[in-house]
Amino acid sequence: MKHAKTATQNACKLCNPLGACLAFRGIENCVPFLHGSQGCATYIRRYLISHYKEPIDIASSNFHEETAVFGGSHNLKIGLKNVSEQYKPAVIGVATTCLSETIGDDVPGILREYKQEFKNGSPMPVLIHASTPSYQGSHIDGFHAAVRATVKTLAEKGARENLINIFPNMISPADIRYLKEILEDFQVPYMLLPDYSQTMDGGPWGEYHRIPPGGTPASVIAMAGSARASIEFGSTLEASKSAAGYLEDAFGVTRYHLSLPIGIKESDKFFSLLETLTQQDRPEKYNDERRRLVDAYADGHKYVFEQKVIIYGEEDLVVGMTAFLSEIGITPVLCASGGKSGLLRKSIKELIPDMDDMGIKVREGVDFVDIEDEAQLLKPDFLIGNSKGYTMSRKNNIPLLRLGFPIHDRFGGQRMHHLGYRGTQELFDRIVNTVIEQRQNASSIGYTYM
Amino acid sequence: MEQITILEGRQKQVFEKKTGVEQLDISCDTSSLSGSVSQRACVFCGSRVVLYPVADALHLVHGPIGCAAYTWDIRGAVSSGPELHRLSFSTDLQEMDVIYGGEKKLYHSLIELIEKYKPKAAFIYSTCIVGLIGDDIEAVCKKVAKETGIPVLPVHSEGFKGTKKDGYKAACHALMKLIGTGSTEGISKYSINILGEFNLAGEAWIIRKYYEKMGIEVVSTLTGDGRIDAVRRAHGASLNVVQCSGSMTWLAKEMEQKYGIPFIRVSYFGIEDMSKSLYDVAKHFPDRTDIMEAAKQVVSEEVKELYPSLQKFKKALSGKKAAIYVGGAFKTFSLIKALRSIGMSVVLAGSQTGNKDDYARLKEMCDEGTVIVDDSNPVELSKFILEKEADLLIGGVKERPIAFKLGIGFCDHNHERKIPLAGFIGMYNFALEVYQSVMSPVWQFAPRKGVKV
Repeated sequence: MKHAKTATQNACKLCNPLGACLAFRGIENCVPFLHGSQGCATYIRRYLISHYKEPIDIASSNFHEETAVFGGSHNLKIGLKNVSEQYKPAVIGVATTCLSETIGDDVPGILREYKQEFKNGSPMPVLIHASTPSYQGSHIDGFHAAVRATVKTLAEKGARENLINIFPNMISPADIRYLKEILEDFQVPYMLLPDYSQTMDGGPWGEYHRIPPGGTPASVIAMAGSARASIEFGSTLEASKSAAGYLEDAFGVTRYHLSLPIGIKESDKFFSLLETLTQQDRPEKYNDERRRLVDAYADGHKYVFEQKVIIYGEEDLVVGMTAFLSEIGITPVLCASGGKSGLLRKSIKELIPDMDDMGIKVREGVDFVDIEDEAQLLKPDFLIGNSKGYTMSRKNNIPLLRLGFPIHDRFGGQRMHHLGYRGTQELFDRIVNTVIEQRQNASSIGYTYM
Repeated sequence: MEQITILEGRQKQVFEKKTGVEQLDISCDTSSLSGSVSQRACVFCGSRVVLYPVADALHLVHGPIGCAAYTWDIRGAVSSGPELHRLSFSTDLQEMDVIYGGEKKLYHSLIELIEKYKPKAAFIYSTCIVGLIGDDIEAVCKKVAKETGIPVLPVHSEGFKGTKKDGYKAACHALMKLIGTGSTEGISKYSINILGEFNLAGEAWIIRKYYEKMGIEVVSTLTGDGRIDAVRRAHGASLNVVQCSGSMTWLAKEMEQKYGIPFIRVSYFGIEDMSKSLYDVAKHFPDRTDIMEAAKQVVSEEVKELYPSLQKFKKALSGKKAAIYVGGAFKTFSLIKALRSIGMSVVLAGSQTGNKDDYARLKEMCDEGTVIVDDSNPVELSKFILEKEADLLIGGVKERPIAFKLGIGFCDHNHERKIPLAGFIGMYNFALEVYQSVMSPVWQFAPRKGVKV
């Protein structure tokens, strides 16, 4: 009999603080700060740099043995002071680690003391605190915790503005740029958080930048409380853990909750919502994008129909991708995530009610060894997910279509689109090409037309 | 341009070589300053990098998922056989484990992983919170060793209990427990262990071949392409040859004390140091003049082939300036010499973990005006790259984007590289990589000093 596994083998998730650091990079003039050991900051920097190819400074309070015994207050304060001096940030985003959480540091209390003690010094940055113990959840939870903490710290009450908040989830810099383009084309003022489209995918520097340009300014985030609505992507993201959920509770800003808009149906929902909220039709350019996509679906449908794939990654990405794949006739025989919200199956079922008849299997809290075991039984035509699936892809000779985060073994992951008609188009093209390439390689004839 | 200043707590870790000016001793061997964005990692990282290449051992990280996830298959340390080291295992501690302790989970994880993967030994790395929740790892390891019959070795690598160097020591401590448990029968008198060589991109194989050509038996490589059985009989070698002195000198000293094996420090980077590392080993066996003759033969053959091929690079790179920021100081010495041999000068030299002697030697080697840094950070590195107008940065993944943002070349000299830089062929690869990066036409589009191109 097969026993339940105890150890995690080739994890399909990362730790909580990584997500927080990425989210904090989406605030203008902000330095992410990890309250814990030096290694956490360094490992996370290395991991993010390998995907985004940008300098990513993450400060650390650099615990020593005495710190762990007597508490991290002293180190945190010195660290904040040094970061303030060296980076002159507008915001410092402090995320905790397993170490500082386990010793029970009262970080909000320490931040209050710090503000009091140093109030007469140089300009005091806004201090945000997100609780991100690595023994809870995974990187995506840290991401959302940081976004929620940011809004909680900065959003203010004000007269209702004609402003839309948009919380897009953990998406690529290219996706963020596309969302901004859409909102700008609708000519609606917006507050998008986090916006790391430039900080994580920016231009060259003629001179040194302490903090790379870009990101949502604190002053704009402050207006989130007076927005007319929030749009939040992420099927498994509960209101109690989300920024939009907080704004609804605290300021009565209506929360519109959508899945990641991947595929035509889910993208339609997003555009329709924008039309409703702005009382105007979408600009013609997006109808064109949609028409081209429908046309491409027609051109490519035979290649993809009844292909079997395994999709893995963050749960919300998996839900969005599953919706898209099922609308083009691909069966995601396994939807897998290292995350464990308990909502993955339910979220997929909401979008695809006949999922069981279609043979869609869902597994949360798995690692790559679990997924590999499944792959050997399910025999998918290809895998879809981040670079970390390459080990099993190579071993089992199943092609891997890379998307999401991290992309460590291909170029340009930060410029990959996933969302909306444009992102879906890009994904559809890549999927069809994956199938064509496979067939071409498998053919003994060597067709030049496929 | 905006003035960048050095943080108050770091001023003793940075100095510029100037004659006639009295200079402070560089302060090093200290913990990183809180908030300074050190390029260093932690104790765990030190242990993990040293033991990682042991390919037939199980490496289980006891802690929450991050530490194992970030070190999954990240080094270019290759194996000629088993590849267990390239998988990532974690006890993935959850909140309840933190409250009630993780010993049971550790025990079950070990039993099931050993059953599944049949390793020759297991290394159990403790991470930060394991040090806090008080799991008795020693006891669990003993129990599992008894039940499975393989060595199960705790590595005390709690991230916050020191610096990366303490992690090296914890790893060496685990290795010491293995050394001496194997048979030394049949080991030649003319034998060595290669210490501190991790077989990145197959470098250990290159080095090993040189020594074997000299008639030297290599008993074990610690830890590149490492095997538990080879580690167990390492005490049978006559000499320890230590590269990457930061990580392995402690082990060499322990072996000297316990088994009377002397050690020498070497470096395999650059023609000069590579040749010296062969001669120094040959000198250790004076009764066999043929070994020295063979060493000379190896060097002369290799250099004869290498030297002309370097001239193209030297011609192009003459007068270019380099900045070096790597993990260990010993590597910095070799790099300075290697760069000089292709016509380049060094304007910044530093390391994460150098000691006082290292920095004294660096100061001696460096040209006037060279900046020397210990445990630096991105702000300082950028400042000096710009001020000194460097054309190249040599470092690791974390330094790479600094170079590219500032529009200069970069050479990866860290664990992730896929091209061997050690040995004579490594010198060619190094020169080629430097040349390809520094001379690339893409830098013509990089804005310089705020001037738009």
